[in-house]
Amino acid sequence: MSQEPEVTLELALEHGLNEEEFEMIKTRLGRVPTFTELGVYSVMWSEHCSYKNSIIELKKLPRDGEHLLVEAGEENAGLVDIGDGLGCAFKIESHNHPSAVEPYQGAATGVGGIHRDIFTMGARPIASLNSLRFGSMDEPRVRFLLDGVVRGIGDYGNSFGVPVIAGEVYFDESYEGNPLVNAMSIGIVKAGETASAIAKGIGNPVIIVGASTGRDGIHGATFASEEISEESEAKRPSVQVGDPFTEKLLLEASLDALKTGAVVGMQDMGAAGIACSTSEMTAKGEQGMLVDLDKVPAREDGMTAYELLLSESQERMLIVSEKGREQEIIDIYEKWDLHGVVIGEVVDGDKVTYMKEGEVKAEIPAEHLVLGGGAPQYIRETKKPAYLEETQNFDTGSLDHPEDHIGTIKKLLNSPNIASKKWVHEQYDTTVRTNTVTPPGASDSGVIRIKGTKRGLVAKTDCNGRYVYLNPRRGGQIAVVESARNVVCSGGRPLAITNCLNFGNPYKPEVYWTFKEALKGMGDACKALNTPVTGGNVSFYNENPNAAIFPSPIIGMLGLIEDVENHTTTPDFKNDGDVVLYIGADRKGLGATEYLKVIHGLTMGDSPELDIEFEVKLQESLLAAIKARFITAAHDISDGGLAITLAEMAIHGGLGANINVGSFVGSEHEVLFSEAQSGVVITVAQSNLETTFAHFKGAGVPIINLGQVAGTKLNFEGIGELDVTEMKETYENVIPNAMEV
Amino acid sequence: MATFGVIVFPGSNCDHDAYHAMKHVMNCEVKFLWHKDTDLTGIDFLIVPGGFSYGDYLRSGAIARFSPIMQEVVKFAEKGGPVMGICNGFQILLEASLIPGAMMHNHKLRFVCKNINMRCETTDSLFTSGLEKGQVFNIPVSHGEGNYFISDDGLKSLQDKDQVLFRYCDEVGNLTEEANFNGSIDNIAGITNDGRNVLGMMPHPERAMEKILGSEDGKPIFDSILNSLSIA
Repeated sequence: MSQEPEVTLELALEHGLNEEEFEMIKTRLGRVPTFTELGVYSVMWSEHCSYKNSIIELKKLPRDGEHLLVEAGEENAGLVDIGDGLGCAFKIESHNHPSAVEPYQGAATGVGGIHRDIFTMGARPIASLNSLRFGSMDEPRVRFLLDGVVRGIGDYGNSFGVPVIAGEVYFDESYEGNPLVNAMSIGIVKAGETASAIAKGIGNPVIIVGASTGRDGIHGATFASEEISEESEAKRPSVQVGDPFTEKLLLEASLDALKTGAVVGMQDMGAAGIACSTSEMTAKGEQGMLVDLDKVPAREDGMTAYELLLSESQERMLIVSEKGREQEIIDIYEKWDLHGVVIGEVVDGDKVTYMKEGEVKAEIPAEHLVLGGGAPQYIRETKKPAYLEETQNFDTGSLDHPEDHIGTIKKLLNSPNIASKKWVHEQYDTTVRTNTVTPPGASDSGVIRIKGTKRGLVAKTDCNGRYVYLNPRRGGQIAVVESARNVVCSGGRPLAITNCLNFGNPYKPEVYWTFKEALKGMGDACKALNTPVTGGNVSFYNENPNAAIFPSPIIGMLGLIEDVENHTTTPDFKNDGDVVLYIGADRKGLGATEYLKVIHGLTMGDSPELDIEFEVKLQESLLAAIKARFITAAHDISDGGLAITLAEMAIHGGLGANINVGSFVGSEHEVLFSEAQSGVVITVAQSNLETTFAHFKGAGVPIINLGQVAGTKLNFEGIGELDVTEMKETYENVIPNAMEV
Repeated sequence: MATFGVIVFPGSNCDHDAYHAMKHVMNCEVKFLWHKDTDLTGIDFLIVPGGFSYGDYLRSGAIARFSPIMQEVVKFAEKGGPVMGICNGFQILLEASLIPGAMMHNHKLRFVCKNINMRCETTDSLFTSGLEKGQVFNIPVSHGEGNYFISDDGLKSLQDKDQVLFRYCDEVGNLTEEANFNGSIDNIAGITNDGRNVLGMMPHPERAMEKILGSEDGKPIFDSILNSLSIA
């Protein structure tokens, strides 16, 4: 047998543990850990698995709500009651670091991992979303990354057979070298048929199912817990390789297995593979587990206990079944040509014990290893970043604003952040499963119907990192309220969120200050909107070569449409003669806007204004109006301001409009390009105009008549006009032109 | 009433869509047929659905044709039984040589999912007898390997024998190069075999069955099929 390396402080440091943590391990165990134990501790205590630098802050987020079926963080994903005896499991997760060095597999396995989190709860994934951030599109490396990430997401999801229904793609130098790849999955399960990630019942067998275990992805979790550097390229072997076909089989077999009623607990294997799934299930069941690693189906001979435990080979799950019924489970997996092998059993005590070749290779109290349990929890030092002084006091009025508004609108439509992402979406299957009511692209959020009911689900991922960078607290608030506004504009009631918190190195006090502030902001908004946080993922150590990325707490908002046939609303202008109305707050402030970035090359000013109480009022009154069925189109104002919102409504509808913005207070620049929050453009039939005015005035929401849908030109009275066909051409060709050179 | 069979290969992912379309929209009898089954008793019409059978890591459909059920499908078709292959199903039927030709990667080498227009080219088949020649259908496509190819002689034979059932076109029915988004030879979207009882098509009519999903243009095709089956 090969000699294991001697466990020393130096070796512990190489594993990413610090001196204090190494001491903690020795004290808790009462001895020096074995080499295998060191490996297990190091991955389980990595940032990725332990949330050691975030868990204390995460627990401060609002996590209760009437619709929640499981408590946040209790299971693999959040579970929300959506009526008709159905639950909806949903979660978002990052795969940033793998995607930075190996975009195709990094993104693909990100999609695979998040779907596994959903079906391990017994829910069938029915829709997915993704949120992507890259550096400037002018960089060849960025185009390479975008191409690889999109192919990876597409190839995995298309084969697995789940439609992409919404998403976002942003470009900013801040994400140079450290792209963000966040994937979200939504699944449906009958209430009461969910599975739990628990190991209990002494003598119950522990079964590994799915793919065999190889040497891929060892220390993937540790890799995800450090900054990307020039050495990162050498860590490409830490990136797992995805196999959507096996995952599809695993899905079908696992849902079949749950139907037997013989499953006690089920947990997918993601980060830290067998080590993580066995210890988490054991800790939850408050019993012990004995695992014989020789029984694990391996892809190659000679794998050590260390390698078997830490492998992140994809498409595997761990099941604890009722004793005596294991063959039923194994038969189902074999029907689907997958492994089902008993590798251990639930035992008395509180330890996970891993055997190999008749020897105990590791024996650790499970509680030591799990997040929120014995894994370390830190409060980090904070410091307000110095740059905020300069950026927030910046006077946008001191700039020389161009008078040619039409030219400005054209330039904004040419910005990859605003331009159509059709090139991306067409590479994803968006219609498989025949539920997609509103595919990605045209609408503020994706809508799917739920077969056999009148209802629909609506979902959106959102976050403007620039806002969070320039005002972390308000940026965090906006990420939540904007995603909720998108859901409302599509006709849904926001129910709950999942989040993916992408930040820099938490050991930098400025990063941690920003993290805490952004979380406070999210909490403020979630409380006001009554949309609790059901879970999600934290990704630290996202740094470009010069500094941290824009702090990017990506929100995945889930909403429910009561009557999907009649309430689903889209942004496109639909009928000549419809009245175009603005509802919401004043259009003022140019800080943090896409206008400032595109026209002046600046990331400056304070983030857009937001009054949360008003926002709630706006959303409630808009949803009521949509349900009363007099709204023919709705589109919220975000990147690019009112001018771009109107341009998009015209482009998607193929219709023009005559618009007069004279009734707004403030400068034309601000009216057209401010990204002030709480603003929505709607259209209604002329016959419903009075009702609409009365409705919004009654709700205390200011309403302004902007004009009428008409013809083929978007005409801003006294300012100039744009041809809709030409705008569409510009809008749709920006990304293809950059990518298809 | 005809009974439809939907074959389930490992990796099929439009099996449930085909089932839903036939069962809940067309109100037909439908059965799933596991790829290891070999009994087609009681099945009047076979659907080979879309997806990524066996992952399609080699060449789309190349492994699925060796599944146990495929021998029975070939026998069923050779006896004149009607078979419809959609997307991956089309690819599998090509690999099984039930219809002539081959599939290449889309000419831009990217997966394409969008609504396209296709034109009915002949009403001389059980699949299209209820349609009108020249009728345009707005239907989703979703594939990476849909660039249909056949030799010059093979193409001439398809044309001479009126075996091309659908071609990609623009919204008013013109066969343009732009409409031919995947580069298929002669804008071909769907063909039938010599015996006119096997259809392979890349577009997904089963995804265009309900107004709420944006198009009902798939329904006339299944209406046509049901009508043909009831007469036969």
